[in-house]
Amino acid sequence: MSSILMSTKGVGLRLDGREVLHDVSFSISEAEIVTIVGPNGSGKSSFLKILIGALKPSQGRMQRRVGLRIGYVPQRLQLDHIFPMTVLRFLKLGSAKPAEIAEIVERFGLVQITGQQLSSLSGGQLQRVLLANAMNGAPDLLVLDEAAQGLDQPAVAGFYRLIERMRREFGCAVLMVSHDLHVVMSASDRVICLNRHICCEGSPTIVSEAPEYRELFGYGTEGALALYRHEHDHEGHEHG
Amino acid sequence: MKGTSMDEVLLRSALAAIGVAVAAGPLGAVVLWRRMVYFGDTISHAALLGVAFALALNLPIFLGVLICALGIAALVLTSSGRFHHTNTLLGVAAHSSLSLGLVAVALLGGPVDIDLESYLIGDIASVDWRDVAIIGAGGALALGLVAWRWQRLLMASLDRDMALAKGQNPDHEAIFFTVALALLVAVAIQVVGALLITALLIIPAVAARLGAKTPERMVFLAAALGGMAAVAGLFGATQLATPVGPTIVVAALIFLILASIARRVFSAC
Repeated sequence: MSSILMSTKGVGLRLDGREVLHDVSFSISEAEIVTIVGPNGSGKSSFLKILIGALKPSQGRMQRRVGLRIGYVPQRLQLDHIFPMTVLRFLKLGSAKPAEIAEIVERFGLVQITGQQLSSLSGGQLQRVLLANAMNGAPDLLVLDEAAQGLDQPAVAGFYRLIERMRREFGCAVLMVSHDLHVVMSASDRVICLNRHICCEGSPTIVSEAPEYRELFGYGTEGALALYRHEHDHEGHEHG
Repeated sequence: MKGTSMDEVLLRSALAAIGVAVAAGPLGAVVLWRRMVYFGDTISHAALLGVAFALALNLPIFLGVLICALGIAALVLTSSGRFHHTNTLLGVAAHSSLSLGLVAVALLGGPVDIDLESYLIGDIASVDWRDVAIIGAGGALALGLVAWRWQRLLMASLDRDMALAKGQNPDHEAIFFTVALALLVAVAIQVVGALLITALLIIPAVAARLGAKTPERMVFLAAALGGMAAVAGLFGATQLATPVGPTIVVAALIFLILASIARRVFSAC
């Protein structure tokens, strides 16, 4: 019963008089990987903001397990060059214990770049640092907002393998938002297709064959779907 | 009352200038990180309205400025995004509070001649020992607020959502920092005037960035550079018979230019 980390019931959101979300009921349990997919403007980022407490829903209820720890990976960091911040100093914001920092640095392969400025990192390096920071303090739930955006294909595949490893090693649940359909789906237990309301949800295979999903993403994505199946058949061996 | 010697005036001026500049450097660094330069401009311009307010109600200038700076800050923080884009709002608030302040001070002046220039670019010679104490206490309080909230302030300045996900409230940090900034404006008006406070905030901080790899380092360097600019500016002003406030700002600018050149030369080697 207590395996549910977080849930919403009938959540709606209006921004500037426009309905962004309507009647969204959702839950995520321990060690589950859930991906929310939806086109631009579908309200998926707003929904994520509601879950982490950055936006207040206009309707509905939200429940969180008491003491739930969330690790959050933002889409990008809007960091000016004027803000000096080395990788090591950034990681220390999450924990002051040297032993914990050393462990995180080791685990995420950041030894070479601890002295570098955050504003000088490549996209892939920054994603790894942001992920390391989110995992600092062993969260129950890892939340990623379009975290793979801007990475090239091999980097995306590698990044998703890393996320699967997080669940294996830390036992945390993972909630991702993405419009990158095929690569994400191969790693997910459950996919939620969102377009202001939940159009359909279920296992990746079920969702990819649902008419609602097809309507939303069109038949033009058949190439992508084929790729998805291919990857799913060879679990864990993404190409690219 | 004893007559005050020239040395005593100079000592008071030096303490006041150093006190304000050392507090302004670190606060300026945070202003830059949080992209609040325009906001800083707005509340320092509101200081002039505070002067008028203090004159009208016979309050200490420090108190009038503090109240007005906080009032304008609260107005901007609560209404930003509701009617106009924040920058639009700041533009309106900054220059209208400056103009309102100028008009009000002129009206209140009446037969007594009020020296407007002293509120615009500062009048350090008028600083007495009580003012020095107020500057010391106000500056220390502003720095203390920033030091107390330091880790959370850094997190909130880096990424709002990341702070929220950690269960912190970045809006609280915005309020604490605004209070610190208003305190600084209130103690700085006598030294550099409403027009130059922003310059004293950000020029030492920009120079400090050139030699800093971490936020802590930048804050300490900004404080040190601010203090040095205060001493150099005061010395320059007495030698050249120029106004002290602007001379301190020019000294800070010279440090920034020297730091930029030094960095160029360093990275070229």
